[in-house]
Amino acid sequence: MLEVTQLECRRGDRMLFSGLDFAVAGGTLLHVRGANGSGKTTLLRSLCGLFTPDSGEIRWNGESTRRLGEDYRRDLLYFGHLNGIKADLTGIENLRVAATLDGDRVDDSRIWAALARIGLVGFEDLPTRMLSQGQKKRVALARLILSTAPLWVLDEPFTALDVGAVDLLETLIAEHVAHGGIVVLTTHQEVGLTSGQVERLHLGS
Amino acid sequence: MLRVFWCVLLRDLTLALRRRTDVLTTLFFFIIVVSLFPLGVGTERQILQILGPGVVWVAALLASMLALERLFAADYEDGTLEQMVLTAQPLSLLVLAKITAHWLLTGLPLVLIAPLVGMQYHLSDDAILIMMVALLLGTPVLSLIGAIGAALTLGLRGGGILLSLLILPLYIPVLVYGAGAVTASGIDMADTRPYLALLGAFLVAALTFAPLASSAALKISIE
Repeated sequence: MLEVTQLECRRGDRMLFSGLDFAVAGGTLLHVRGANGSGKTTLLRSLCGLFTPDSGEIRWNGESTRRLGEDYRRDLLYFGHLNGIKADLTGIENLRVAATLDGDRVDDSRIWAALARIGLVGFEDLPTRMLSQGQKKRVALARLILSTAPLWVLDEPFTALDVGAVDLLETLIAEHVAHGGIVVLTTHQEVGLTSGQVERLHLGS
Repeated sequence: MLRVFWCVLLRDLTLALRRRTDVLTTLFFFIIVVSLFPLGVGTERQILQILGPGVVWVAALLASMLALERLFAADYEDGTLEQMVLTAQPLSLLVLAKITAHWLLTGLPLVLIAPLVGMQYHLSDDAILIMMVALLLGTPVLSLIGAIGAALTLGLRGGGILLSLLILPLYIPVLVYGAGAVTASGIDMADTRPYLALLGAFLVAALTFAPLASSAALKISIE
């Protein structure tokens, strides 16, 4: 359960949003919408703890995320504008490092399976800088398959993806929500969910 | 904990091996700066023996500066730093692993090349040995202190120059005692142990505080 109370964020002198309240229970997709510059990314970064809100509180299962610290971050997966993969490492190496840092013991067969599912078999030995934008994004998205975190925060995950990858990502999100996970995402397109609840949050006026 | 440390260390070493030029630049910079002095001031044996320790240390400081900018910048640009901040691991541990990799790639080569450099300055075998020990203790301090500056100036325009202004003054104690140790080894009856002991103390202090300070600075820079 993710709860936000009276959240206020500013960028310099500009007020992005204030008095924001919402709660997201397990098995729910929260779709954050708003015009460009309305503070979607800032909201998502605040939820992760990458940005310090000016006031307000964010609670995870009833406890402040600031106080939870590492325990909260273990439950969190953030996917931002930057892919977070090293261009000089291969897909496999990137995923191995990501899994180790997440504290999971993931054996190579699971990484292979994740790459196969994301459609990158045959490219696993190439440094990711040789891949196209969409393929890089796919490598980064393979983390979603390996992750055990209940809370996913995804910032514009659909950009640069082709139709097949968009379908796959929608399936992954649907599966995660069906298993009782929480997804908070921003996107300008509609996300179809076959099961679970979709809530919408509109930022800006 | 150790597994995560190794993972980040190996990752950074692998990355450096795939981009060897970055590592070699630092080493050649050091060699060239050190070699310029005998060309400039002449090959008088006595002058070079006096200049040697100071020149080697100043060159080591500058060489270590040169590579610092890249310590966090690459990870910052591709978003992997963000992911590191968001893992359930203590950030200071990951930072320490990155600093260790940085030292292995930029500090350790300087220690190993020191005998060659010492010969250019007609330093005695004893002095060269002391210089290697002093560099072995001192260069990790440079990497550790430098990491704080690199974290603070991350993502700033013109960060490189600001970094030098912030960090070079903090390097002064290492320079004084590092060069002092080598100079003292040339004087009869002088004891080099206090110098080395002080360098060791700097190292312990830097190892304790620098990873914490750098990770705090990184969290601020990333906002």
